Amino acid sequence: MRIEALGLHLSLRSRAVLCGLDFVAHAGEMTAVIGPNGAGKTTLLRVLAGLLTPAGGTVSLDGRRIADWQPQELARALAYLPQERIVHWALSARAVVALGRLPYQPLGAGVSAADREAISAALAAMDVAHLADRPVLEMSGGERARVLVARALAQEPAALLADEPAAGLDPAHQLTLFRHFTKLASVGRTVVVALHDLSLAARFCHRIVLMQAGRAVAAGTPEDVLRVEHLAAVYGIKGRYATLDGVPVVLATDLLP
Amino acid sequence: MKAPSARPDVKPVRLFAALGLAAAAAFALSLAVGPAGLGIAAQGEARALIFTEIRLPRALLGALVGGALGLSGAALQGYLRNPLAEPSLVGVSGGAALGAVMAIHLGLSQVLALALPIGGLAGAAVAMLVVVALAGAHGGPVTLILAGLAVSSIATALISLALNLAQNPFASVEMVFWMMGALADRSLTQVWLAAPLIVAGIALLLTVGRALDALTLGEDAARSLGINIQRTRLAVVAGTALSVGAATAVTGIIGFVGLIVPHVLRPFAHHRPGLLLPASLLGGAVMLLIADVGLRLLQPWMELRIGVLTALIGAPFFVWLVLRTRSELAP
Repeated sequence: MRIEALGLHLSLRSRAVLCGLDFVAHAGEMTAVIGPNGAGKTTLLRVLAGLLTPAGGTVSLDGRRIADWQPQELARALAYLPQERIVHWALSARAVVALGRLPYQPLGAGVSAADREAISAALAAMDVAHLADRPVLEMSGGERARVLVARALAQEPAALLADEPAAGLDPAHQLTLFRHFTKLASVGRTVVVALHDLSLAARFCHRIVLMQAGRAVAAGTPEDVLRVEHLAAVYGIKGRYATLDGVPVVLATDLLP
Repeated sequence: MKAPSARPDVKPVRLFAALGLAAAAAFALSLAVGPAGLGIAAQGEARALIFTEIRLPRALLGALVGGALGLSGAALQGYLRNPLAEPSLVGVSGGAALGAVMAIHLGLSQVLALALPIGGLAGAAVAMLVVVALAGAHGGPVTLILAGLAVSSIATALISLALNLAQNPFASVEMVFWMMGALADRSLTQVWLAAPLIVAGIALLLTVGRALDALTLGEDAARSLGINIQRTRLAVVAGTALSVGAATAVTGIIGFVGLIVPHVLRPFAHHRPGLLLPASLLGGAVMLLIADVGLRLLQPWMELRIGVLTALIGAPFFVWLVLRTRSELAP
């Protein structure tokens, strides 16, 4: 699914958060949205998911305006993983992941065989199958985060919008997560992730959109976007983009005065 | 792998079967038990009269009102994502109480027997409209709680005023007694007045199960799963107002059922808010019917009102809840 946003303008509590932002994410690619705190990454993702209506500009999915999608239809096509890892009741991991199947269940219908399969696959993909019967509230932050990613995966969406999915995960599970997202992109899904880890963005994402103060400062391949002058201008850091054993790495070596 | 904490593993079918049987048994018990124990100690016409005029309305009200209180408590806790929420929070019970008290104060209840429940219904309706207007169409859980609190406070203030200005001590005693809540001495007419509204409210509340399940993940995630939050909120408020408003209008204020029942049943419903709704409907009916039967057995020794009994059971439970929450939050 092709996600396209043109000229987005949005203010939250009379503060301009998005100021004429253009954005595009293609099917078969993983797109990273990066930028300093408060750049508007989360707001962009919420607009793309149809949770916020921009004051100006348009969002379209596969060329159709997002407002023209039925909520149920949209929920099957697009999954949104919020940054906050909210679980209010002591549900088991399996019950949380099962919530991802709600858009597929007609009112009053139970869990189908297809649902069960998607739930098991999602639990396995995020390496939480062994925790399936444990209450999510008793888990560590990282375990809970993985269960919530699995919930979005169980939705089997054409497009996945994930806000900071790797935050709080150990290095092994960060790799597990990004390898799985890469796999999704390789089978034609659209993956959009908001990220702070520039090395993960450089290594796994096909395209990067660098945001600052509600605008896209740069967009393109990791090499194009993660340039020293961009890192300096946007983050105020002295950065280095290098490859280590063939793996791209971005290092912040110092703060700029 | 087995869960480390003790979690009852009850299949939903078994849970509903057990609760359904318990509700049916409690209903039968409520029909069978009187102040003189089991059965009806009269013959012929008197016997039939006792059954249709005393036992039947009481059992029907116990089931309907208990169910409404349990269900709306579960729905509110799910919507507000707060285990301490209960039906009186949205202000309709306060409104219903004010309406009934006004009917006594203005002397209407002496002219027309049904003035009390009709006044209660009118009060509940006004309270609900004010709460919805105050909370706004797009407000969150907090604005709903605040609006409910505001309306309850106004109702309490006006009830105090009515008590203060009561023309005679009998009127104020009548008001105080009415507010304590009772299932006794209600006619079938009163049951038929309230039942359609209670049932409509129950039906509305039973539609929000999916939405409450999804809300476990917060509003953004729920909306991204295709849930309409505004509609859910309206259904919860209107369903509570209809069922609890109509219930309170006929029986007076019966507290704690809506708080305790969802709490006790939550682990058996696997903590799933959607599953908890029908469970609390049945559980609420069981609790109120049993409490009412207990009341009748106590009657030879003391004349207790059901609202007093549920409060006597509920308040210690609340203390236990506070202690448990404290130990859970302790480092």
